[in-house]
Amino acid sequence: MKHALAILLLTVATPALANKVYVTNEKGNDVTVIDGDTLEVLGSYPVGNRPRGITISPDGTELYVCASDDNLVRVFDPGTMQETHTLPSGPDPELFVLHPSGNPLYIANEDDNLVTVVDTKAHKVLAEIPVGVEPEGMGVSPDGKVVINTSETTNMAHFIDTDSFEITANVLVDSRPRFAQFSDDGSRLFVSSEIGGTVSVIDPASQQITRTIRFEIPGVLPEAIQPVGVRVTADGKKIFVALGPANRVAVVDGDTLEVTDYILVGQRVWQLAFTPDQKHLYTTNGNSNDVTVIDVATNTAVKSIPVGQQPWGVVVAPN
Amino acid sequence: MRSPNCLTALALLAVVPMPALAQAPAPQAEPQLIRAAVLRVDTPELPPISRLELPPEDLGFAGARLAIEDNDTTGRFMGQDFEAVEVAATPDTAGAELDRLLAEGIRFVVLLADDATTVALADKAGDRALVFNAAARGDALRGADCRANVIHTAPSHAMLADGLAQFLMWKRWPRWFLVHGSHPEDLALAEAWRRAATKFGAQIVEEREFTDTGGARSTDSGHVQVQAQLPVFTQRAPDYDIMITADENGVFAGYMPYHTWDARPVAGSAGLVPRSWHPALEAWGATQFQNRFERLANRPMREEDYQSWLALRMVGEAATQTRSAEPAQLRDFMLSPDFQVAGFKGQKLTLRDWDHQLRQPVLLTTGLLTTSVSPQDEYLHQTSPLDTLGIDRPETACKF
Repeated sequence: MKHALAILLLTVATPALANKVYVTNEKGNDVTVIDGDTLEVLGSYPVGNRPRGITISPDGTELYVCASDDNLVRVFDPGTMQETHTLPSGPDPELFVLHPSGNPLYIANEDDNLVTVVDTKAHKVLAEIPVGVEPEGMGVSPDGKVVINTSETTNMAHFIDTDSFEITANVLVDSRPRFAQFSDDGSRLFVSSEIGGTVSVIDPASQQITRTIRFEIPGVLPEAIQPVGVRVTADGKKIFVALGPANRVAVVDGDTLEVTDYILVGQRVWQLAFTPDQKHLYTTNGNSNDVTVIDVATNTAVKSIPVGQQPWGVVVAPN
Repeated sequence: MRSPNCLTALALLAVVPMPALAQAPAPQAEPQLIRAAVLRVDTPELPPISRLELPPEDLGFAGARLAIEDNDTTGRFMGQDFEAVEVAATPDTAGAELDRLLAEGIRFVVLLADDATTVALADKAGDRALVFNAAARGDALRGADCRANVIHTAPSHAMLADGLAQFLMWKRWPRWFLVHGSHPEDLALAEAWRRAATKFGAQIVEEREFTDTGGARSTDSGHVQVQAQLPVFTQRAPDYDIMITADENGVFAGYMPYHTWDARPVAGSAGLVPRSWHPALEAWGATQFQNRFERLANRPMREEDYQSWLALRMVGEAATQTRSAEPAQLRDFMLSPDFQVAGFKGQKLTLRDWDHQLRQPVLLTTGLLTTSVSPQDEYLHQTSPLDTLGIDRPETACKF
């Protein structure tokens, strides 16, 4: 009976969260919640000052938001959007990545040239790692052994050992690296360079750049092509790259690493998030104050959904 | 980096060893030292007409300090250490100070001086140093008076005028009333406005000179006199869309908004002002750049600070990319087509090989905000949209 109740609770609890999309609005100081099935806005909720990076625990119970101007990470119940507690983050947290196990959280402190490691259960700082100028992009290897930080003015991807909290390698990339993303099999690391206009493909084992992906869009000034967010499908077949003020998301073939498509989305597209089934990809469009829903199979924009002021980050609840 | 920071950096190197340093040399026990100087030549002048614009003592130096901090943070991973000696000189002492810096072996000198002093000191430095002009805006300095050992991080008059002109044409405000001061640099700036008008199809419908008679500064009675006199000075102009002021010495332009005879906006040296930097800029990551500067200097960033920051960031970027501390190698790389630097303006900044001017967007600013940024999207160019601003290759009078 107890068992049955537990199963019942689980089945009841899951649909409420599944496919819920959370978008931080940097200037609006709130999070817009979207129903990923109906593509309708469910509501918006205050989350502190200058919310940027956003992520969710693997079990879907804790929603983490970088409240940059509050100098901390605020944690919310994703169901009720009530704040449950805060985590120390170091000053000006911008973007973070959660260890695949859900603990700890690795936070880029943009103003302080640090990566702060925070225990999400004990709510305390485990380490502070000095990195380059303006750390932003944070990626973690699927096995959780390596965390990548990109520093925007130093122009490096720093490899951080998650056991020792020490930097083990630095890879120089093109100007203003914004984002770091591993493929799900851990064999490739993608680092986007906003001013350089490229995505560097790095072999994590040798820490060498194996390929540089470039973009060219007829009718769009090369200066406007500014890669930021990167997402890779689970099978590694498609890589999506948000191109900022080019207002497009590039689709890159995972085998040839050639660009196959450009999808027109809203203005100044920065961050991306898949739904758990990877049917849809959400984009944050900071200048048009909306998100675009992309159909992953067909590379087409399905719908634009107005959110708050200057949408920055996006995460979708796990199943 | 000063010595206490130096110790910190060495300590950090000890704490953060980088065993598998990919693509970068292992930091040597003794980091490569890259030295520079910031030489500011202060000429005696009256205070600005607004006390909000009083020059801070660390003008230009504070930007250089931030650049050295930025360079050192990167240098930690590259085994490089940067320093910049700060020298404030007068026009009389500047030559001797430059000699002293060069005798110490410094090969990169960021100069904050007027046009004539910049040329004189660049000639004095000769092939002993690469000079970064982080203040002087004269077009002659990039034209007939150009020097091969000078890189200009300050935008030229022509770039600033073209940046504003593009916006005014986008606004369909092509009829300009040009009021310029009586100093030689005002006349040079007025020429940049005439050139911009011709280039973008605007028409200067009226031109007047506001003679600097030494009065009308901000005294108790100043605003009373201003309120009475400026409408008279500006009346009976042909119909115009906007007044353009060319006032390099801050004699009259600051007073002009709301004191014109006709109800017209003012731009140029006051009102809507084209600049290299403005402390309200938030786009392109500028917020955190402003934050870092304000924490370091306890004041908003000025153009001189941005321009000296850019100069030393160029040195830092060259050292990172070449993995070298050799001045000749850094210089060659900065002057090569491969060089680029990020400057919180939304695109890479590169050097024009014909006059060593750093290409950069121009901010069009009012007191509290960035109103627009040029080049405007509608102005195209076969090489770079940034080359729609200022003197382009076919027009240059510069011969190295």
